[in-house]
Amino acid sequence: MSLLQVDGLTVEIPTEDGTVHAVRNVSFAIRPGALFGIAGESGSGKSVLTQAILGLLPTAEISGSVRFGGRNLIGLPQDELRRLRGKDIGMIFQDPLSSLHPFYSIGAQIAEVLHTHETISRDEARARVVEMLGKVGIPDAASRYDDYPHQFSGGMRQRVMIAMALIMQPTLLIADEPTTALDVTVQAQIVALIDEMRREFGTTVILITHDLGLLASVADDVMVMYAGHRMEYGPAANLFRAPAHPYTAGLLRSSPANYSPGADLQPITGRPPSLLDLRNACVFAPRCAEVRPECAAAAPPLRVFDDKTQALCWLPDGARRQPAATTPAPPVHAATDTATAAPVVEARDVRLTYTIGSFLGHKRQHEVLKGIDLTVHRGETLGLVGESGCGKSTFARVIAGLAPATGGTVSLLGRDLAALDRAEWRQMRREVQLVFQDPFGSLNPRRRVGSIIGDPFRLHGVAAGDARKEKVRQLMELVGLNPEHYNRFPSEFSGGQRQRIGIARALALNPALIICDEPVSALDVSIQAQVLNLLRGLQRDLGLTYLFISHDLSVVRHVCNRIAVMQGGKIVELADSETLFANPQHPYTRTLLAAGKTPPQMTGERVRNLIPIAEGRP
Amino acid sequence: MTETAAPMDGGEGVVVQRGSLDLTMRRLAHDRAALVALAVIVLVVAMAIFAPVFASLTDHSPITQFRDTGLSPMGIPVGPNAEFWLGADQLGRDVLVRLAYGARVSLLVGVLAACCASAIAVIVGTTAGFFGGWVDLALSRLIDLVMSVPFLLCALALVSVMGPSLMLSVSVIVFFSWAAMARVIRGQVISLSRQEFVQASRSLGAGPLSIMVVDILPNLTVPIIVYTTMMIPSAIVFEATLSFLGMGIVPPTPSWGGMLADASSNSLYLVAWWMVFFPGTALLMTTLAFNIFGDSLRDALDPKSIRTARRLKRDRKGAAS
Amino acid sequence: MTRFILQRLAFGAVVLLVLSSFVFFLFFVAPGDPARMIAGDKATDAQLQQIRSNLGVDRPMIEQYATFITRAVQGDLGYSYRNRQPVAEIILRRIPATLSLVIGAVVLWLAIGIPIGLMSARHPGSLRDRLGQAFILVGLSFPTFVLGMMSLYLLYFLPKQAGFTLFPAGGYKPFSRDPLLWAWHLALPWTTLALTMAAFYARLTRGQMLEVMGEDYIRTARAKGLSERRVIWKHGMRAALTPLVTQLGADIALLLGGAIVIEQVYGLQGVGALAVQAVNNQDRPIIIGVVLLGGLFIVAANIVVDLFYVLLDPRIR
Repeated sequence: MSLLQVDGLTVEIPTEDGTVHAVRNVSFAIRPGALFGIAGESGSGKSVLTQAILGLLPTAEISGSVRFGGRNLIGLPQDELRRLRGKDIGMIFQDPLSSLHPFYSIGAQIAEVLHTHETISRDEARARVVEMLGKVGIPDAASRYDDYPHQFSGGMRQRVMIAMALIMQPTLLIADEPTTALDVTVQAQIVALIDEMRREFGTTVILITHDLGLLASVADDVMVMYAGHRMEYGPAANLFRAPAHPYTAGLLRSSPANYSPGADLQPITGRPPSLLDLRNACVFAPRCAEVRPECAAAAPPLRVFDDKTQALCWLPDGARRQPAATTPAPPVHAATDTATAAPVVEARDVRLTYTIGSFLGHKRQHEVLKGIDLTVHRGETLGLVGESGCGKSTFARVIAGLAPATGGTVSLLGRDLAALDRAEWRQMRREVQLVFQDPFGSLNPRRRVGSIIGDPFRLHGVAAGDARKEKVRQLMELVGLNPEHYNRFPSEFSGGQRQRIGIARALALNPALIICDEPVSALDVSIQAQVLNLLRGLQRDLGLTYLFISHDLSVVRHVCNRIAVMQGGKIVELADSETLFANPQHPYTRTLLAAGKTPPQMTGERVRNLIPIAEGRP
Repeated sequence: MTETAAPMDGGEGVVVQRGSLDLTMRRLAHDRAALVALAVIVLVVAMAIFAPVFASLTDHSPITQFRDTGLSPMGIPVGPNAEFWLGADQLGRDVLVRLAYGARVSLLVGVLAACCASAIAVIVGTTAGFFGGWVDLALSRLIDLVMSVPFLLCALALVSVMGPSLMLSVSVIVFFSWAAMARVIRGQVISLSRQEFVQASRSLGAGPLSIMVVDILPNLTVPIIVYTTMMIPSAIVFEATLSFLGMGIVPPTPSWGGMLADASSNSLYLVAWWMVFFPGTALLMTTLAFNIFGDSLRDALDPKSIRTARRLKRDRKGAAS
Repeated sequence: MTRFILQRLAFGAVVLLVLSSFVFFLFFVAPGDPARMIAGDKATDAQLQQIRSNLGVDRPMIEQYATFITRAVQGDLGYSYRNRQPVAEIILRRIPATLSLVIGAVVLWLAIGIPIGLMSARHPGSLRDRLGQAFILVGLSFPTFVLGMMSLYLLYFLPKQAGFTLFPAGGYKPFSRDPLLWAWHLALPWTTLALTMAAFYARLTRGQMLEVMGEDYIRTARAKGLSERRVIWKHGMRAALTPLVTQLGADIALLLGGAIVIEQVYGLQGVGALAVQAVNNQDRPIIIGVVLLGGLFIVAANIVVDLFYVLLDPRIR
């Protein structure tokens, strides 16, 4: 008997551009007490699915059936759904800061759930909330009852959210990307807490995430979604060991965690389809490595295998274990012997202290960088890793000349940045370029791509008119964009393409150093791999030098020769990539490494057999 | 790098992208309220332009007093009739002709004041938001100061000293209108300055002026257009209020506020309703039209707005039934 | 916290100083001889000279300004040119009418505006929202005096012609004498003022609520199983309150300094009507007094609003 049984769920959301088919004909069943994982990239419909079930999407049109506790939730009056929410089904969301009301104390917000669903005295409610807060690991819970959300750290806020979701001891907990907004080390704690709580209360959990490594480590059953469809479904162990659907296999292969040193990642080409048009064909076919003629001609059948995995695919035997043509391992980074290469940037004891406080009030000092020594050599990629607030982006801004250091020296190509006059400083701007994190914020939405990429030429008077246009076209070609799209606005490009535009702009003046500030952390895994490969390819071809900033160790490991680990404004460890992974010295590095969840290697030993009923359901 | 050379469009057909201007026009064209409002605005503009035509048609100049035909023997103005289509006022002047000439004043003051005020607001707001630090502090305090002034009282004081005139009215309206918009622009500029594309320009060595003009200003077009449009009706009302209180346009030059003041003095309008009805309606319709148009413009320029949801719902219902 | 209040007080003092200098120098450079205004056309030169020295207008400008500021700080705003009464007293006599008008109108416009804004934001795009938006647009576009004149015509004049008195034409009757009479006389001014202001508040409420209702914490509130009423009133309104309080403070202050147009239309003998009369009479001390009083109200309201912020938002405590 399943706790939740979903059959043929379809969710359509009307928008200005047309109807978005967010979820199409999705079915699954969850055993009581299981941890059910829903995996998918952005736009796969994984969040919409659960919100639709709970009636949190008033404008959506929902069909199909969702059986929970003997009732069909679809078509249930709002009032009855409301009574289910919070009481029988708890929810936690991605960003705990914005999900908590800023004006009410956390205790009051949790107690509100109790007062809504049962008759209980104030004192009794308070006692139960304090007890629950203690259980989710809020130290000194009784005294923190009256604190406000902004007085907690990110991880603690998520614990508060978990306490709120579990206070009524619901039978089902839906966790929608509960760790995505948190630092790696905190992520591990929160996942462990959810797992612990479900064992303690016997709660069934739906965990929605884009992080396959996370799912592989905790989930019992997994459903992989793509463009609103359920691509693959089955026990986590079987599914991750040998994915039956080419999409799942592609996702696992494109994850930088699944990498062998020196090799390029194997990204899924192309980009997700628009959800506006309904086509009677496989939605993944345009990007599929194993595409067949029938894929584009008709909707794929449901393949049910004897190891309980199911795939929506034309391939009768599931995805291949290995991709058809393994790209031959390209030569390892051009400059492995970095010690002998000339330094591009030398930072000596760089310090940065902000002074906070208005011009009337007393001043407070906030030390962001506490003495950083770092040298980047020509032709290498140096990784800078650390959690949010450790000062890694600030350091990048100092090197880029966007923020002056308050102590120490930064020399670029042998010249001290502080000693430059205005003209020289401007000249030096050519030598350091930035690639930013946010593919939406880093391009001016009101300007055409051609002028964005041509900006460096305009500002430094390098080329004008047709010559500039020609150079821009060359750059666009270099980063894999269609030069014909010269006249388009950034909004007409996808996230990955926008990052390519940003890279083209950074390349324009042929800089000595390119600082990549979290260049792929806003992208989906499959797109991430495309951009990482591009960066590596460009380095190989043009001999570029990168300072690569990221919070994600596996990404850094993939692209960097050396890695510097930052904590609290200091570099705590600096070593060659493989050395750092094989033999971390600093305790913080070890914590970071231990916290990262990597998806399992696809061993593919198990051979599965197709059960020959196309429309069966286990 | 093999896969990077492949076109990134995936397997999709090429989506024809419409320009933003085109999209805006389309949305406006689908908005019935906006079209009606626009029609009213065009009508008022036409009335202002062709005011002399009204004068020659009726053979009444806006300031000539027709005491024998426009007033009853008791000195009461005559109502709408064949000669005075919209009636006459307390001095026997033609309400219709004065209404047409009054439109000139209202539009002139409204558009001129709104444009000047928004120009000041953009300059002050952009400077404050972009440079930050003490520049921002000083300009923000200036904005606070202007917003802390009881404006109508100060306007009265000013007019009582300098004597009413058209230019003074415009200046007073501009002076007390720019601050609110400047505050909005400043906020927008601050959030834009934090965007990575501004940092990108800065890291390329772009100067402050280049960043302001090339990177920031184009992103402010929507709030500037919307706020300027919305300021026109408030400026028109402001002018009418000044004239109503006898502090605006100098009589006998016709203005809607002044006509209403004439009607109001000695409660004349209680016996001559046309003296308040026509200028009042003209004033109301004009401001209403500008307000509706401004609202629609904002919705059309900012597709995330709510009204689109309504239109969708309507369409969906239509498709279902 | 105290530092914050001190800062606000200091800024308030600056505002008042700038305002007072503005009016003072405005009238100093203005043409016209105050002595002539007081004494009339038949006064002799000697009489005029005497009045000038009494007023102190023959002394240097800076000295006059210093005296003016020192006296103003002590609450002495000088004497009316017209009837030689102290300005402060004249203004004080006018305050009850203005205060009555504003208090009643505030209650009314909040009671109309906020529910309409909420109703509109509740189901964006619905028929109710469109009605709400229509109310907002018409209310915003209606010049107060036009609405006032129209309601006088419809609710006072027409019934009176028909032979009965529905509402009085205007005027102010003190509350202490007869509360009912007071309310009856203020009913039309209240409604007129409230309707135009309510549109503004409905718009503000609607915009705020639409923004707030899209926030993640509203989704959390719904996920907790709260009733929609509670989600809107407790979680939504609480977050949308701040700008409403700011606006309310500013509006009350502005109106207390003289609801000029309304008082003029309905013949209420309030501060605003006093200002208009003073301008017409060129009675400068009164104009200066009213402007300063208006500024004082605004400065005080700003400080009160700032204190409210601290109460409302735990993040800036």
